[in-house]
Amino acid sequence: MESGCSKNGEACPQFLDLIPQQRDWHVKREDERRHGSSEEKKLELRLGPPGEDNWSIKEATKNNTRERDESLLLLGYFSSMKSNGKQTHKLPTPEDHPVGSALSTPWTKIHQHNHQQQTQPQSFLQFPSTSPQSLLVAAKESSQPCCTKAVDFQNAEKKAFSPPANTAVPSNSSQKRTAPGPVVGWPPVRSFRKNLASGSSSKPASETPSVVPHKVANEKPATQPSGKGLLVKINMDGVPIGRKVDLRAYDSYEKLSTAVDELFRGLLAAQRDSFAGGTENKQEEEKVVMGLLDGSGEYTLVYEDNEGDRMLVGDVPWHMFVSTVKRLRVLKRSELSALSLGSSKQRKIPA
Amino acid sequence: MLWVSRKTIKMNYFPDEVLEHMFFFITSHKDRNSVSLVCKSWYKIERYSRQRVFIGNCYSISPERLIARFPGLKSLTLKGKPHFADFNLVPHEWGGFVYPWIEALAKSRIGLEELRLKRMVVSDESLEFLSKSFVNFKSLVLVSCEGFTTDGLAAIAANCRFLRELDLQENEVDDQRGHWLSCFPESCTSLVTLNFACLKGEINLGALERLVVRSPNLKSLRLNHAVPLDTLQKLLMQAPQLVDLGTGSYVDDPSSEAYSKLKSVFQRCKSIRSLSGFFEVAPHCMSAIYPICRNLTFLNLSYAPGLHGNELTKLIQHCRKLQRLWILDCIGDKGLGVVASTCKELQELRVFPSDLGPGNAAMTEEGLVLLSEGCPKLNSLLYFCQQMTNAALITVAKNCPNFIRFRLCILDPVKCDPVTNQPLDEGFGAIVHFCKGLKRLSLTGLLTDQVFNYIGMYAEQLEMLSIAFAGDSDEGMLYVLNGCKKLRKLEIMKSRFGNAALLEDMGKYEAMRSLWMSSCEVTLGGCKTLAEKMPRLSVEIINESEQMEFSHDDRQKVDKMYLYRTLVGHRKDSPAFVCIL
Repeated sequence: MESGCSKNGEACPQFLDLIPQQRDWHVKREDERRHGSSEEKKLELRLGPPGEDNWSIKEATKNNTRERDESLLLLGYFSSMKSNGKQTHKLPTPEDHPVGSALSTPWTKIHQHNHQQQTQPQSFLQFPSTSPQSLLVAAKESSQPCCTKAVDFQNAEKKAFSPPANTAVPSNSSQKRTAPGPVVGWPPVRSFRKNLASGSSSKPASETPSVVPHKVANEKPATQPSGKGLLVKINMDGVPIGRKVDLRAYDSYEKLSTAVDELFRGLLAAQRDSFAGGTENKQEEEKVVMGLLDGSGEYTLVYEDNEGDRMLVGDVPWHMFVSTVKRLRVLKRSELSALSLGSSKQRKIPA
Repeated sequence: MLWVSRKTIKMNYFPDEVLEHMFFFITSHKDRNSVSLVCKSWYKIERYSRQRVFIGNCYSISPERLIARFPGLKSLTLKGKPHFADFNLVPHEWGGFVYPWIEALAKSRIGLEELRLKRMVVSDESLEFLSKSFVNFKSLVLVSCEGFTTDGLAAIAANCRFLRELDLQENEVDDQRGHWLSCFPESCTSLVTLNFACLKGEINLGALERLVVRSPNLKSLRLNHAVPLDTLQKLLMQAPQLVDLGTGSYVDDPSSEAYSKLKSVFQRCKSIRSLSGFFEVAPHCMSAIYPICRNLTFLNLSYAPGLHGNELTKLIQHCRKLQRLWILDCIGDKGLGVVASTCKELQELRVFPSDLGPGNAAMTEEGLVLLSEGCPKLNSLLYFCQQMTNAALITVAKNCPNFIRFRLCILDPVKCDPVTNQPLDEGFGAIVHFCKGLKRLSLTGLLTDQVFNYIGMYAEQLEMLSIAFAGDSDEGMLYVLNGCKKLRKLEIMKSRFGNAALLEDMGKYEAMRSLWMSSCEVTLGGCKTLAEKMPRLSVEIINESEQMEFSHDDRQKVDKMYLYRTLVGHRKDSPAFVCIL
């Protein structure tokens, strides 16, 4: 191995035994210390103290050679590159790429190689080393776009990853890692944070219309108990047959408003048709149930809470609304003044 | 760390009281556990003098054995459900009931003063029982618990005469619209900590104000969303000595009288070091906080999606002494640059996602790199982002070698390095290599078995590892199990680890607290083998789907397996959908 070292103190790859079952980490490390040359020791990551110059990025940028060393030896993986000549083409020059990407490429080759070695549990001492110059030469070559080759390499890697005697899933194809669809437990966010996230608009609170000041109030850390539906009756003026809505299916007033609109549109249309046919009524009907919440439409949405009071929908934060609502009603605006409503601007004050 | 050699046998000739006095200064659980192993006499002295006990898994020991060993117990910490329960992977009825513990402690007349619970099921009955059983009860801390309502809180308020601490963090509490705050008697003047930020319902504001007025020792007050800004102002007038404040709803017209009063009262609150809350926030009211910012060490704005990046950065520029920051990703990469240049003392950062839609996460690797360049003291990170590169991780690892906790969550969990299209093995390898004190690690991104190789080799202090959508073969898991000597908790979801890895070194699990594997390749047969061979492990199979009866097909893959070491055998309170092998 030492023979493979180039004289200008550049990378002298050593091979590490990667078979974990042997559990002789300490032994291996001692071996390395014994067999590493002083140059290697200097460059070998795990031996160097953290503050050592070898590992500072500033050093690396000053000195391309150093940088290359660093990139090759970053994690202490010294690979004896046997016949990976093809892959060495992928090493970009340090000058062309920021340190980061220069660092990434050698490692993938190394670990692919290492993985191949796993099937032969021998101590790292026994592995012949390839000439590290091939590595260095490669580093000096002009960079090739890494994308396509990286993909190819990745596929090659994946095939190499299935160790022969393993029970693991073999021949991982390149599509083994497709982005998953909605998965329970992903993303790892607490449920009350999910409500916060999905309920919030991107606008800050000050931009929402003043009639519904609490639309962005979903950011309180409330959790809606999962799996419990909350079906409430909803009636509409002029429609004798009521409907039921599951409030747990919505997380904001807008969604509820849309849902109510859809619920009653059909029924309204049927009723209007029975009074007067024609397309113009249908056009009116398109608009009629809109504007439930902001007072602009012909109808408005009120609810009866658990104290029996009729309240205007939209004053309180959504979660609070859901916890106190008992039934909903869609009223004609013209009827509002005729009814005695609780104050729509104040928060409900507990007794 | 207490070093003991054989020559100190002489110390046994000291009277017990002397040893006991010495042990008084040994406070860490680990050290006390070590002390108890020295010899029989030390074991005896230690156990009688032990006042604080931590139990990381409530099913690993029984309350009876706990009480038998530590009759002087005053403070008990219990943890119930596994961590992945936070992400809806564990059904609510799985277990972790605190009632049997309270019952046993009450029966044995232990003088319990403090109870700290995490991820446990706490019923109103248990809270009431607790409140009536321990005369000197002082402190109740509930974190991520569920099963109780405000009625239970009312019992605590009414009956615990010397209550100092009622700290509710992120619990699921049903609001019964009772008036639990009014249940604190007029004679209760001992409150030091009151945190009800997680409550969803209305609050009796008058009762709250009166309570704060008669609590001169109050140092920590965290309100819920139902407390408006003008009440906040009144409360602060009465409690300018607060050290930790969580606001309620922080919205008002900036021209209002309440707001101007609030501005002046904030200038008088010179002790506030920790600030949170801001459910509902009006950005134009944030300037009132600037006088407090210069002394803040902890700022939590993670419940305030109404604040935009530039508003956040304007605020943070005043926070030069900040050590811990919890924030939403609205801050953006550039915002983290501002944090990096302002908060030189920063040790902990948590960036939460504000919008979980795909492709919407605002953070990338750039923000993290900027942060690492400005904040070398960073030791704890939770970072939700859109993407990450190996180069960035390597840079961060070098800039911040002091990481104890490193949790990275790329919202697309199998995303590779977008610059090189490589897996993120190298980046995480650098993290475990450079950060020699790393105790907790969560990985995401496209990862191969190689990253586990690195972890097994370098992560010598690692105690907790969370894996999702990673690992190509059993080799990966084996690298970790064989390499990480200090591993205590391993949780894995959706990874290709199977029976070979599970069964390779079964003794390892007795040196760990627990192992969670869900949606992996482990089969029923594998789990049965493990359970047979390891009687001191409890191997639970959780099967939620109704139609899946516990078939006897050993080749069937197990959906969720949770195993843990235990001294008391299988638990008796498991629900029908849990099968303990």
